[in-house]
Amino acid sequence: MSSIEFRKDLFADERDDALNEIGKPTIRQDILGHVTGRSPYFDDHLFDGLLHLRCVRSPHHHARIRAINTRAAQSMPGVVRIIMPQDVPNNLNTLLALIGFGKDDEALLQGNKVAYQGEAIVAVVAETELQARNACNAIQVDYDVLPHVLDVEEALLPNAPVVNETYPNNTFDYHELYDHQKLRFGDTQKAFAEADHIVEGQYQMSPIEQAPTETCGAIAAPETNDRYVCYTSTQALFFSLGTTAKLLDMPSSRMHFIGGTVGGGFGGKVDSLHEPLAVLGARLTGRPVKYSYDRAEEMQVGAPRGAERWRIKDGLLSDGRIIARQFTGFFDSGAYTRLSSYAIIKGTGHLPGPYTIPNVSSNVYCVYTNRTPATAMRGFGITGVDFSIECHMDKVAETVGMNPIELRILNAYRDGDMKAHRRTAKNCALIECAQVAAQKANWSIEPQYAAMSSLQGGGAERAQIPQTVIDDVGKIGARKHNAIETDPATNGTISSKPSSTVTPVHATQAMGDSVAPVSNSAPVANVIAATSPAAMNVPAVPATHGQTPPPQTFTQSATSPPAGAPSSQAPRPSPAPPVVSTDAPKPVEPYRPQQPFSRGVKRPGASPFVSGTRRR
Amino acid sequence: MSLHKGRGFACINYPIGMNLGGDPSQALVHSTPDGKFMVTLSAIDLGQGMKSVTRQIAAETIGVPVEDVYVDTADSDTGPHDMGSFASRGTHRVGNAVIQAAKEARGVMLEAAAEELEVNAGDLETDGHGNIHVKGAPGRTITVEQTAIAAQFRQGRTISGRGIFLIPMSDVDPDTGEMTPVSCFAHAAVVVDLQVDDETGEVEVLEVNSAYEVGRALNPKMVEQQLIGGAWMGISHALYETTEPYYPNRDHGPTDFNQYLMPGAGQVVNHNIAVLERPAEDAPFGGKGPGEMCANPLLPAVANAVYNAVGVRCDTLPITPEKVLRGILVNGGAQNRGG
Repeated sequence: MSSIEFRKDLFADERDDALNEIGKPTIRQDILGHVTGRSPYFDDHLFDGLLHLRCVRSPHHHARIRAINTRAAQSMPGVVRIIMPQDVPNNLNTLLALIGFGKDDEALLQGNKVAYQGEAIVAVVAETELQARNACNAIQVDYDVLPHVLDVEEALLPNAPVVNETYPNNTFDYHELYDHQKLRFGDTQKAFAEADHIVEGQYQMSPIEQAPTETCGAIAAPETNDRYVCYTSTQALFFSLGTTAKLLDMPSSRMHFIGGTVGGGFGGKVDSLHEPLAVLGARLTGRPVKYSYDRAEEMQVGAPRGAERWRIKDGLLSDGRIIARQFTGFFDSGAYTRLSSYAIIKGTGHLPGPYTIPNVSSNVYCVYTNRTPATAMRGFGITGVDFSIECHMDKVAETVGMNPIELRILNAYRDGDMKAHRRTAKNCALIECAQVAAQKANWSIEPQYAAMSSLQGGGAERAQIPQTVIDDVGKIGARKHNAIETDPATNGTISSKPSSTVTPVHATQAMGDSVAPVSNSAPVANVIAATSPAAMNVPAVPATHGQTPPPQTFTQSATSPPAGAPSSQAPRPSPAPPVVSTDAPKPVEPYRPQQPFSRGVKRPGASPFVSGTRRR
Repeated sequence: MSLHKGRGFACINYPIGMNLGGDPSQALVHSTPDGKFMVTLSAIDLGQGMKSVTRQIAAETIGVPVEDVYVDTADSDTGPHDMGSFASRGTHRVGNAVIQAAKEARGVMLEAAAEELEVNAGDLETDGHGNIHVKGAPGRTITVEQTAIAAQFRQGRTISGRGIFLIPMSDVDPDTGEMTPVSCFAHAAVVVDLQVDDETGEVEVLEVNSAYEVGRALNPKMVEQQLIGGAWMGISHALYETTEPYYPNRDHGPTDFNQYLMPGAGQVVNHNIAVLERPAEDAPFGGKGPGEMCANPLLPAVANAVYNAVGVRCDTLPITPEKVLRGILVNGGAQNRGG
């Protein structure tokens, strides 16, 4: 049996527990609908005369489209409308255009060049799903197959095929300057030279499917007030609404989006590909249209968690303190950007993990390859690098012969420490989590580690921003001419920038990360002291460390690999009762036809096609 | 054949909310004439409990019982703008917007009650059971229902409130990566115990012990559900799941759940959780949103435990029997690292 306990004893003085409703195990209001199978999903909105939309998809990784022949399909039974790429009013978008991040790079229907297997080219709207499928099979697309690239590092080579014309270097353009996002904090190269051990590793995440029970989809229908209603499985209602308005060049006020019960999201329902095609289908046919993925499409065409490749190089002292950490990361974005470029910003802000390391550098690339575009998933931008960091931490522990939990506690970030993105850490609790987990698992740690705290030992020297070495390697397009090292440059110049160049922002109600102290807002030459320079920000080593063998529960190898050797020893094979009548999806309720499946509703605004919902 | 036991550790932190801000959420709150409250949102409840958490936050802030609060969401005609349910932003962003809207509604409610009781609104308090009292004079009281009726039919006053939470978009320095990312972090540490079969390469997770720091468990049952389910997802990621088994080669991609492997509900392992609560100052009642992060530490903890069991470092996910066996073969046999 699983168990749960609430450690109210920890951080008790930071909490007011005298609350009425917060902290109570209140049962969700819609539970009865869920457990009796009556909560309506988007797919339960059955409209009289509902049409079905299916897409013709590319069988190739990469191919130019010479011609599309729809003649045979047009006259097939049940076919109501064939939607061509030129029928999409504004056929180029990028998801984060809504917050002004990145360039439009993806068509809703691709008419020129497909860049991944499964990319949608033409949509067929038919009376039944089968008729739509049959018509899709009858559409002939003449392809000129092009060379493709599937590996992120091959895609960065000078002669690699261009995947995405908007980004001809196969990398997202960061700040109109570099082909990657940089992080520079201190001087990793100098610290590596001073380290007792170097530990290197490479880690590879696999593409992963969000695997919701309900596949992505939407049903759109014209209403009598010159608007369109759209029932959708989206995770982000206004995101989908804004994207649809842009692609269809239609004011968002002409659309009424209704979401609600979602059969699992996990990040896979933010891409907003179904709503625009469903609404476009309804607009072009004047009838309700449903567009959803089948399971195969959900798994192979629907965007997964992208694969990530990370290389980590650590410089450490023999007592286990990590004095330098360098990252090189490759996010496999697939053929288009979607959200990968943003994931990299998030990932970069997360480095070097929940540890205080005085020298950190990182280059992270958003790389285009000829595969299904990647998107959000639980842990977005973080899961992959956390996998890499935490596997690496065990290699570090083994290298210096330390208990892996103690190693983490030793290097853990604490309140008041400076993070590599130059904001001060606060509200930390990593040490306490490590201590409690160890205790629960009967994994013994030495008393001095059990006594450490996130509240103590941070700040002071650890709050300083070190003198930082910067470089301008990896300008946009430079890699086209010759292969350039992807790792952070081994030489650079001392930054002449003030330590705080980015204006901190404040929330409307509360403040974000507290801002780095600006005391050294001009470059200060002696931030790095003369004695054991790279390690100055590291907390003092507990006195007994080194004499105490690791606990029996986890016997470490006694011999450390020589400095500079990768530690990898094995090859890397490839209380109130629920109220029944209060379910949220009310909007379908007001209209109840007396005669099911009757047409011609007179009420203003109501769809003339509403015929009730399934399961009533 | 023999089974080798191993244990692995990992700990993580996780940023709450869209990284660089620029992701507003709004909320509207109004009372019905009988003193119940409607919270109107457009945030999506994915099953994670968005509606429950915002309902509890509204009830706590207004000072009424949770049964008297209803959440209406996911309709773009009635719900004000919200960026969406992703990036662990629901509880944090929407929760803060609900607090602001609920505070405004509470203020109007107390003013209406003050007019009825002929006292200053500042002298009133709610008891959380649907009553408003004069502080220090529990006999002088009016119900929330009577207050709402008076506001609607006698005073001509709307008991309502508006809320928005926005951390404005911030920049990133191209050369140093300096940025003002998210405002608070959740934490976790896990220990995974498992065994590896050196003949088949199969990994069986036996038990998970964990500590999750979530700011405040706004609804402890939902936190428990998230943590157990999310950790299970992390184990599944580590051992089974991928859409491209021979990445970067695209062949052999699964197209259904017969080919896309996930453990079933019956294979959820015993998981002993400790929940820590260190409230974040800018989070609603300190709550950080445990949903996304709870899967993350399981991936490396499983990989570390496999190494501990048989001496094979699987740095490429998922950790399939094939990879484990090939690793054992190269090592000339399973090498248990003790434990």
